[in-house]
This record gives sequence, structure tokens and C-alpha cells, in this order.
Amino acid sequence: MEKLLKILEELHPDVDFTTNEELIDEGILDSLDIVTLVTEINAEFDVTIPAEEIIPENFNSAKALMALITKLDEE
Amino acid sequence: MLFTSYGFIIFVAVLLAAYYLLPKRIQWIVLLAASYFFYSFSGIENFAFIIATTLSCFFVARAMEKRKEKEDNYVALNKESMDKEARKAYRAREKKKRFNILLLGLIFNFGILAVLKYTAFALGNMNSLLGLFGVSKMSIPSLLLPMGISFFIFQSTGYLIDVYRGKTYAEKNVARLALFVSFFPQLAQGPISRHADLAPQLYEHHSFSFKNLKFGIQRILWGYFKKLVIADRILVAMKSMLGDTQTYTGAYAALLIILYSIEIYADFTGGIDITIGIAEAMGIKVTENFKHPFSSSSTKEYWNRWHITMGSWFTDYIFYPLSVTKPMMKLSKSCRKRLGNVIGKRVPVYLATAVTWFLTGLWHGAAWNFIVWGMLNCLVILVSQELEPLYRRFREKFPRLTASYGYHCFAATRTFLLMGLIRSLDCYANVGLTFRMWGSMLTTFNWGRMLGGEIFELGLDIKDYVIIAVAVIIVAVVAKLSEKKDLREWLYGKTALSWTLSGAMLLLILIFGAYGIGYDASQFIYTQF
Repeated sequence: MEKLLKILEELHPDVDFTTNEELIDEGILDSLDIVTLVTEINAEFDVTIPAEEIIPENFNSAKALMALITKLDEE
Repeated sequence: MLFTSYGFIIFVAVLLAAYYLLPKRIQWIVLLAASYFFYSFSGIENFAFIIATTLSCFFVARAMEKRKEKEDNYVALNKESMDKEARKAYRAREKKKRFNILLLGLIFNFGILAVLKYTAFALGNMNSLLGLFGVSKMSIPSLLLPMGISFFIFQSTGYLIDVYRGKTYAEKNVARLALFVSFFPQLAQGPISRHADLAPQLYEHHSFSFKNLKFGIQRILWGYFKKLVIADRILVAMKSMLGDTQTYTGAYAALLIILYSIEIYADFTGGIDITIGIAEAMGIKVTENFKHPFSSSSTKEYWNRWHITMGSWFTDYIFYPLSVTKPMMKLSKSCRKRLGNVIGKRVPVYLATAVTWFLTGLWHGAAWNFIVWGMLNCLVILVSQELEPLYRRFREKFPRLTASYGYHCFAATRTFLLMGLIRSLDCYANVGLTFRMWGSMLTTFNWGRMLGGEIFELGLDIKDYVIIAVAVIIVAVVAKLSEKKDLREWLYGKTALSWTLSGAMLLLILIFGAYGIGYDASQFIYTQF
């Protein structure tokens, strides 16, 4: 989780990613951020997030994103 | 059949009567018949294309769903004998097969679009290239472009991708799919709806609701107000300026940028209001396509508020899939190794953004001005993205200033002008001419002459400019108020006020609408795309 939080904080240092659960709904993360995130996750966790998993529910919070990474890693 | 014709109004009135008077179980059939009747006015020969899209999408979606059912059954039956790895490998093979079926559907439909919309453009460019080497030129066929083809093909291919991704179901009745593809209010200029959002509403039974009818009519009136009072009035001056680009340079280029921004907003949002209003009168909720775009503080925000359904189509079906492809990830990793993290992580974002905007430009039209328009939008978005740390520092240093209403107005005006400047590529329809016009704003100082009286020689007199200004203020005030509350809901309980305002709107359209002698009944701008 720490690695993921570091990636997220690099994108938006002014956001508290440990508590925010509406990153997409509030417009904090936009499409450019998401692709940057997917690329970083691929480099750091060696997990490829497929396009169909890029939905608000998976990116609204660091927790949801971590759950997605874990799920994809286990698959 | 134009949305602004009397025939269309009668057609909608008859349809609404039939829709509610006939048995509910055939409502969707009434709607399909009405959609095909509407489409027939664009030319009977166009049916070949809409039917080809419907049938191909029907069979492709069904084939994908059948394969998926077979796959799930096989996995369920062999749960015990298959370990995790074997199951994963089997599912991956099946997914690849479904992808190949999807690919067939996409190639067929985009193939139709490519041939009809881009053949002349491609051959024209090849001829220019061949001309450089003295090779004889190829003849360019003149192909018909069926009404709304970009919209219905995008909506239908979106459906195919959603079925592939498991986000919606494959229609089992081809006639039902035909309605989703041809739903007439949005056929000509969108919005580009998602199957999961729109289709169930098209087929369910709708009881008559006075509230829906009233809200629908109010929304339709609002659309006609924007289209007839603002957009079509401005069109007269636009035609004058575009008809003589030798004379109308400098200040006129600036005037054109501002007027065209207002015109296209009033025209496109007006058309969408009519679309949403007709659907609403039948109890169908169509996705909103605009969210006060001219209040945006940045280009990125503007594109989240303007033509939303097209933007989300390109984001979901082009930008994301392209960004996360294996080659893109490999490229990113290799760039990280060779050029460092800073550049490596930007490569997929930059490449995917450039391709997406190139295609967005091309979607709007087969011409270089649209491609340059797309690439300039891409450039502005990426530069803004790179400057974001600077903006952030500025916001941190001057928190009160950047949070003030005045600063927001400055940022919104800046975005409005920048988007207007890029958008002028669309109306000058020629890259070289547009750049010369931009240059003329810096070199030709004719503001005095223009504002001193020549502005009234563009086909609009002072009364017209006053009408436009007042109408724009009304639209801006309504937009501002509706950010905080749903105005129609607020008005609903206030019967007298609600009827007075609706009546006043109708009168404004009848008195100040730009129709009749001296005006051409014009098609909506976005129907050409």
C-alpha cells in the first residue's frame, strides 16, 4: 500500500489519499492521471490493468485500487 | 426533416399521441417505426447503411455472448478437473476468440465509415503527393454520407465493445437493437448513448405523465430559443464574414471567433435540448451532453463539459485501451530504462493522447483543418498538464486570489478565447487561411472602423445585436442558476409562474426567432459530422 500511496502522492501532493474515497467522482484523478497511474503500477507491481477495469469503482480510492492490483496479481 | 421545420413539430406531436394512446407493449415498435420514418427523409438509399450496422452488430454481439456462455458452462462443468492455471489459460484463449469476433464487427463498421467519409480525403492527399512526382492523378469518387453515420456507428460499436467487456447484454431481438441504433431524436447529432443506459428505457412501458410532457416541452422550447434566436441569427453575420475573407480580417477575425463560439454553443446545445426534451416527453432519459462548458477554468475541464458523450467514448474505447496495450507498456519500460523515469512514464500518456485527439479531429471531418484542430487541443492539454506544478505553486502562494470569483472569471474567459481561437479552424475550414486570420488580428488594426459602423454591414442591425446580447445573458443566467438547482423542478410547484415563463419563451421564439423571409432554415451544425 505504501508504494501505491507514494505513486499517488507524486501525482497530487495536495490530496490525502489515505482518506479520500471519491477520487474520480470529485474529478481529482482525470484520464491523464489514470494512464500515468496504470503505467506506474505496471512498472512497480508488474501488474497490467486492462481497459475494462478502468472504471470509477476501481479508482475512487487508494484502497479500491490496491484491491484491484491484488486481484489482478492473484489472477 | 429539419428539427426546425413545421413538419418535424407535427411529426413529434403525432408520435407522442400514438405513443401514449396505443397499447404500451407496442410503444417501442411505434418508436422504431417513427425513427425509420424520420430517417427516410434523409434518403431511402441511406437505409442500406443503418441496416448493415444494425445487422452486423446484432450477429457479432450474439456470437460473442454465445461464446461467453459456452466458456462459463465449460468452466462450471470442469471445475474439479481444471486447476487455476488451466482455467486461466482456457479463459485467455476464449477471450482471444471473442476479441477476434469483436474485431470483425469493428472492422466492418469502421470500414463503412472510412470508405464513405474518408475516401475522397485520402485520395485527394495521395493525388497531391503523386503530383509532386508528376504522376497522373486518380479520379475521386463522390460518395454520399448518410445522415448521422458517425453518431450511429460510434454508438453501435460502443455497444459491441460493452458486450465484449461484459458491461451490457447482447440483444436477442434484432428489431430492438434497430431501435437502439436508430432512436430518432439523437440520430442526427447525438448524444452518443451507452446501451446499458438507453436500451432498457427504450423497451420498457411508459405511462403518460403530465410532468414528463411538461418538462419535455420546456426543454424543447429552450432548445428552439437557443437555436432560432441566437444561433441562426448569428449565422447571418458568419456567412458574410466567411464569404469575403479578404475584407473581413483583423478585428473581424476576433469578432468571428467570439460569434462562432456563441453560435456553435447555442446550435449544438439547442439541438441536444430538443433531443433530450423529446425523449423526456416519452419518459426516456437521454445522457446529458453538456455541463456549462463556458464556465471552465481550463481546457481539460472544458473537455469534461463539452460534448461529454463523444469525449467519454474516445476515452473509454480509444484512449484507455491504447494506453494499456502490451506494446505501450513495453515502450514505457524501455523508455524508463533508456531515458529515465520522468520521460518513460510520459510516453504512453503522450502517445495515447496524440492518437486520441488525431482521431477526434478526424471524426469531426475528413479535412486537415479538423486534424490540426485535434492536434492543437492535444498540445494545449499536454502543455497545461506539464505546467500543473507551476499552477499549483501559484495557487499555494496566492490562495485568496486564485479562490476569488474574479480569478475564476479571468480563467474562464481565457479558456473561452483559447478554445474559440482553435475552433475557428472549423469555420474557416482551411488551415492556411485560419493561420493568416490569426496573424491579421495582430497586424490589421481595424477595430475603429468595425465598431464605428461597419459591424452593421454584416447582415445584422443594432436590433439583432441587442437581441443576441439579451438572449446570451438569459442563457448565461439560466446556466448559472441551474448549477445550484434543477430550475424545472423548482418551477413545477409554481403553476402560474411556470406557465408564464413557458409562454414567454414561446413568444420570444415566435417574435425573435431567426426564421422566415431573410433567413434560411439551417440544419444543425453537428449533423454534418
